Amino acid sequence: MSTEHLADPHDDHHAGEVHFPEGTRRDYVTGFVLSVILTVIPFGLVMSGGFASAQATAFAVLGCAVIQMVVHMIFFLHMNPRAEGGWTLMSLAFTLIMLTIAVVGTIWVMYHMDANMMPGMMPPPGVDATMP
Amino acid sequence: MSAEILTEPTGERLYHPAEEPHFPEGHSTPLGFWIYLMSDCLIFAILFATYGVLGHRYGGGPGPKELFELPLVALNTTMLLISSITYGFAMLHMHQGDQKGTLRWLGITACFGLAFLCIELYEFTHLIGIGAGPGRSAFLSAFFTLVGTHGLHVTFGLIWLAVMVVQVRKFGLTIANQRRLNCLSLFWHFLDVIWIGVFTFVYLMGMI
Repeated sequence: MSTEHLADPHDDHHAGEVHFPEGTRRDYVTGFVLSVILTVIPFGLVMSGGFASAQATAFAVLGCAVIQMVVHMIFFLHMNPRAEGGWTLMSLAFTLIMLTIAVVGTIWVMYHMDANMMPGMMPPPGVDATMP
Repeated sequence: MSAEILTEPTGERLYHPAEEPHFPEGHSTPLGFWIYLMSDCLIFAILFATYGVLGHRYGGGPGPKELFELPLVALNTTMLLISSITYGFAMLHMHQGDQKGTLRWLGITACFGLAFLCIELYEFTHLIGIGAGPGRSAFLSAFFTLVGTHGLHVTFGLIWLAVMVVQVRKFGLTIANQRRLNCLSLFWHFLDVIWIGVFTFVYLMGMI
């Protein structure tokens, strides 16, 4: 930090003014139209029975969700890589990494715990496993 | 930061700034609030992971195909999506300094948010009424926790919105109120992003 900054921490913006990213009417309308399209597609797909393969339907629905989340972040949350000197983007990246570790790790570990349960510990056939 | 030591004209060494640097009030709010949202995002990540693990354990009870009504979910999604753009319009009026317009669009946003909440509460009471409450199976426990937490966030968003309407009426679009409305804007749009995850993973994937 230079001496000038210590002397005057707010030399390049007015006192009291806080810089939130701002959107224009065009941003909101574009975001809304894209969101409507990206909502109608997955709902229409699932409600009409979807593709022949359930897996293909699931991928299409997931794809729409991911694109719609990005649309919301750009047009509604006005995210950009330069905001706050890049720290909003850094914290988002960190959160996404933590999120992936938590979600993928949980599902992976729990799936394997189920799949590799020792046969001796399983209840004998005919006994309802859900009963306490 | 450089290791430079401030030296006063008298030659006396100064190891700390003589005066506390004063930053404009709320200058760290945009980043601080964003980090709060990210921590909230992690709460939802864990709830989604829980739902991912428990979502297939019906305990002999009803599954998503018997319980969920997609038209209702589509209606709910529409309410939340419209409330997002109406909040955006409120922000546009705020930037122009138009207090009446801001209040009008905030009111419209509150109506759509309330409609979303009512539809969700109707769905919950309907499920509990037919014996598919959170105590029925692990799937329903995870479902009520995830969707209920989102609903609770929307509830607090609505309370915040009501408080802001009163604040703007009383004090006008002051810098502090603009900052608060900006934070609520981030919160409101963030809840919409979480809802995309909910309707995709819980409702649509459950019905495939």
